[in-house]
Amino acid sequence: MFDQTLAKTIFGRLSWESFPIHEPILLVTFAVVVLLGLGILAAVTKYKLWGYLWTEWFTTVDHKKIGIMYMILGIIMLLRGFADAVMMRLQQAIAFGANEGYLNAHHYDQIFTAHGTIMIFFVAIPLVVGLINYVMPLQIGARDVAFPFLNNFSFWLTAAGAILVMISLFVGEFSRAGWLNYVPVANLQNSPDTGPDYYLWALQIAGVGTTLSAINMVATILKMRAPGMTMMKMPVFVWTALCSNVLAIAIFPVLTGAFALLMLDRYLGMNFFTNDLGGNPMMYWNLVWIWGHPEVYVLVLPVFGIYSEITSTFSGKRLFGYSSMVYATVVITILSYLVWLHHFFTMGSGASVNSFFGIATMVISIPTGAKIFNWLFTMYRGNIRYELPMMWVVAFMLTFVVGGMTGVLLAVPPADFVLHNSLFLVAHFHNVIIGGVVFGLFAGMTYWFPKAFGFKLDPFWGKVSFWGWVVGYWLAWTPIYVVGLMGTTRRVRHFDDPSLQPWFVLAAIGALIIGVGIVAFVIQIAVSIKNRDKLRDTTGDPWDGRTLEWATSSPPPNYNFAFTPVVHDLDAWYDMKDRAAQRPTAGFQPIHMPRNTGMGVILSGLAMVMGFAMVWYIWWLAIVSFVALVAFSIAHTFNYDRDYYIAADVVTDTEDQRSRLLAEKA
Amino acid sequence: MLLIIVPVMILIVVFAWRYRKGGDGTYDKQFHHSTSLELVIWSAPLLIIIALGALTWSSTHLLDPFRPLDRISAEKPIDRNVAPLRVQVVALDWKWLFIYPEQGVATVNELVLPVDRQVRFDITSTNMMNTFYAPTLAGMIYAMPGMQSTLHAVLNKPGEYEGFSANYSGAGFSDMRFKLHGVDQASFDRWIGETKASTKTLQTPQYLALEKPSEKVPVARYGSVEAGIFSRIVNRCITPGTTCMSATMKHDGKQHGLVPPRGGEHQHGAPPEGAVFKEPHEIAPGTNVTKPRDPKPPGNQAPASPKNRDISSISPALARDGSIGA
Repeated sequence: MFDQTLAKTIFGRLSWESFPIHEPILLVTFAVVVLLGLGILAAVTKYKLWGYLWTEWFTTVDHKKIGIMYMILGIIMLLRGFADAVMMRLQQAIAFGANEGYLNAHHYDQIFTAHGTIMIFFVAIPLVVGLINYVMPLQIGARDVAFPFLNNFSFWLTAAGAILVMISLFVGEFSRAGWLNYVPVANLQNSPDTGPDYYLWALQIAGVGTTLSAINMVATILKMRAPGMTMMKMPVFVWTALCSNVLAIAIFPVLTGAFALLMLDRYLGMNFFTNDLGGNPMMYWNLVWIWGHPEVYVLVLPVFGIYSEITSTFSGKRLFGYSSMVYATVVITILSYLVWLHHFFTMGSGASVNSFFGIATMVISIPTGAKIFNWLFTMYRGNIRYELPMMWVVAFMLTFVVGGMTGVLLAVPPADFVLHNSLFLVAHFHNVIIGGVVFGLFAGMTYWFPKAFGFKLDPFWGKVSFWGWVVGYWLAWTPIYVVGLMGTTRRVRHFDDPSLQPWFVLAAIGALIIGVGIVAFVIQIAVSIKNRDKLRDTTGDPWDGRTLEWATSSPPPNYNFAFTPVVHDLDAWYDMKDRAAQRPTAGFQPIHMPRNTGMGVILSGLAMVMGFAMVWYIWWLAIVSFVALVAFSIAHTFNYDRDYYIAADVVTDTEDQRSRLLAEKA
Repeated sequence: MLLIIVPVMILIVVFAWRYRKGGDGTYDKQFHHSTSLELVIWSAPLLIIIALGALTWSSTHLLDPFRPLDRISAEKPIDRNVAPLRVQVVALDWKWLFIYPEQGVATVNELVLPVDRQVRFDITSTNMMNTFYAPTLAGMIYAMPGMQSTLHAVLNKPGEYEGFSANYSGAGFSDMRFKLHGVDQASFDRWIGETKASTKTLQTPQYLALEKPSEKVPVARYGSVEAGIFSRIVNRCITPGTTCMSATMKHDGKQHGLVPPRGGEHQHGAPPEGAVFKEPHEIAPGTNVTKPRDPKPPGNQAPASPKNRDISSISPALARDGSIGA
């Protein structure tokens, strides 16, 4: 008895039964992860890389390295999220009639929840934030972001959230309440397990990171642009990054608030979202969707920016209708707040309310349509080079318009009464997220990879990856559109009607082809690293670019630009090339730079420990880590050693080396 | 919508091919603005959305599930004298309970409806949020705990159809299905008679047993149903000894002088009237509330006055002086 109490005090509800040793799938995964992890740790130790990783990467405040770390996090989590997707497709392809499939409800429900949560919060957000982090300061001619330490801290908070989600795979369980952790399923009486707690703590920690990062980016764009770069001379990617981050600042607090209320329900027995005692689950749905719909635009707007940059570069033309593109972006930003109710027309709002939100939703398609036309007319009378990034753009345009059309269809409330929660809806948002966001991220990664690493990505494996994604997408989701129209609804684990089975088998094959695309992407990176000398670019401008990031070397020196560039026109770098501006080669001065700090890692690590302790009711550890978190935060404010100067002769050396490389090339 | 999507898709392919490097399209790198094209690309989608918006407004009102039907089928108008058949739907974990209050019977996972007669469903849930969805019958609508939603529908063809929950509600969700039987009026009456003969009754104890989570529940029929059970389910007072939400609200309303729910009587005389509904003589003059009562500016304007040194202190002497306060 006493032992029991002691164990409960020390370990909370964590016990041997918390480990899913009865699940063969998880055991095998766990074994593989442990072996791989140990292998990586051993390799890092053997080659004495810990010091290098710590000083050069983990503690860095350089926006470029942080951007790369975000990308790595996003790609790793993509593999996890995709594994979940394949498991779901497999289950739905075989679970018909007497066959219950290979996943029980308990497991299947966790998988679809984890898939959605991971894909949005730990794949799409890190990849988008990573690209913004890397590219945007270069495009505005800045040396770093406005708050370099905050940037490092934001990344590690996001990583801490991702690690908590991954821990839930092997210790305890994940939420079974859908990707937005819907109440009443996520209420304490319906899910007393650790799942919703893991979800809440992981997303609260990561959410703080995303909010801080958004504040950082907005401050950077508003205050740190190169002289001469007025708002209407900013590259479109910077504009879309600005709008996306303004949106994020406005909506993430709502999500954090909603989650905080649900935490109060679960931990302190309050009744915000319970069925009884004055609580109302509907309120939670409203709050999470006030976050949820603008979030779609937080992700897709920067990606629209990527498409704009790429279309303009590879068509060899200025973007058609720059100002209308900017206005379209701003209009979408504002309208995205006014549409959240279209996620639950069928919840019994009156006809007038439904009509308002339906029409508001349709109105968004006007600026979005204008954007499509702008890209189209950028291509018109262009001289289009079909390198990989441009191939992604064309695939995006053809795929995305279909998703836009089904979106407008779903925005009509009477149609939504039939299609709500159907697989048609699921196909629609995968259409816009894969066809819009994911294609754009791959386009962006291919486009800016040579900037980040100094060599291009291997085009052959890139094309394999491209066709895998495009063909796989259409094969996987067209059948889902069809069965959705036939009335099949989402999150179903087992079907009765055998006539649907061929469609799901087809969809599973499509998912596997997407898998080929993902594997090819990983191979592409490996092959490119192996052949990096052949793929090397010494000019810093491999695509004949138009914006400032191509003005500096690849990879850029840690100070980005030896002299802050002066901007006279939209497409500043193209303008410089056009006027045959000379690169300065002498007269360098010391450069003021922010110093690395380990505090981001420490604070995020403590936040993660606190989250874990709260999930498992280990109160003492939660208190200790919280106190430590506050103490370290305060201690960090007394750290006055925050900056240093790069000596003028170091800058001169770096720039001379670049001059030599440029001369060799010429 | 295809009106614009298809040409756009064709244009994408045509432009992508024609203006490729080494293709036969002309290259004009200065082409980046055209007012007339801009007008077209903004106004064409706008016109489509205006048309679609008008359609949306009218169809949303027409097909509002809370609104009684206008017609039985495409040719047949509704007979206003025939009241709709009432069915009360309760989404339980994880099965459907259908109560026929007028007939005094209830079923689990089986819904029998007479064809060509308007049905009014009152829908609620015990614990989870589900959507009540029988695709052949009507669109879906949420079944929510502590709330009641309404759906008006009619079935035109006899037959056996599928019904299910379309919103994920936990472990037993996938098998939360029911059969919908459309039968003619005579068979419906016969079926009601047979069901009434069933010895099973649905009183509070049986309901509380039924309410417990269970999966793949077989069809059950109850020959009699406790009166008012649905209202107690909606108001979350089915367990004996618990207070109904409606009672709590009524109590709170009295306690705090709150406005009673819609349709109830207003407690404090007529509700305040909006400004636009006021008669001219009712409009009071709009005085400027920020206008200073004392025309003199605050503080002492004499240069170097010692009174200005401590202007925020309310010393009796200064206040009496009248230079501050007033």
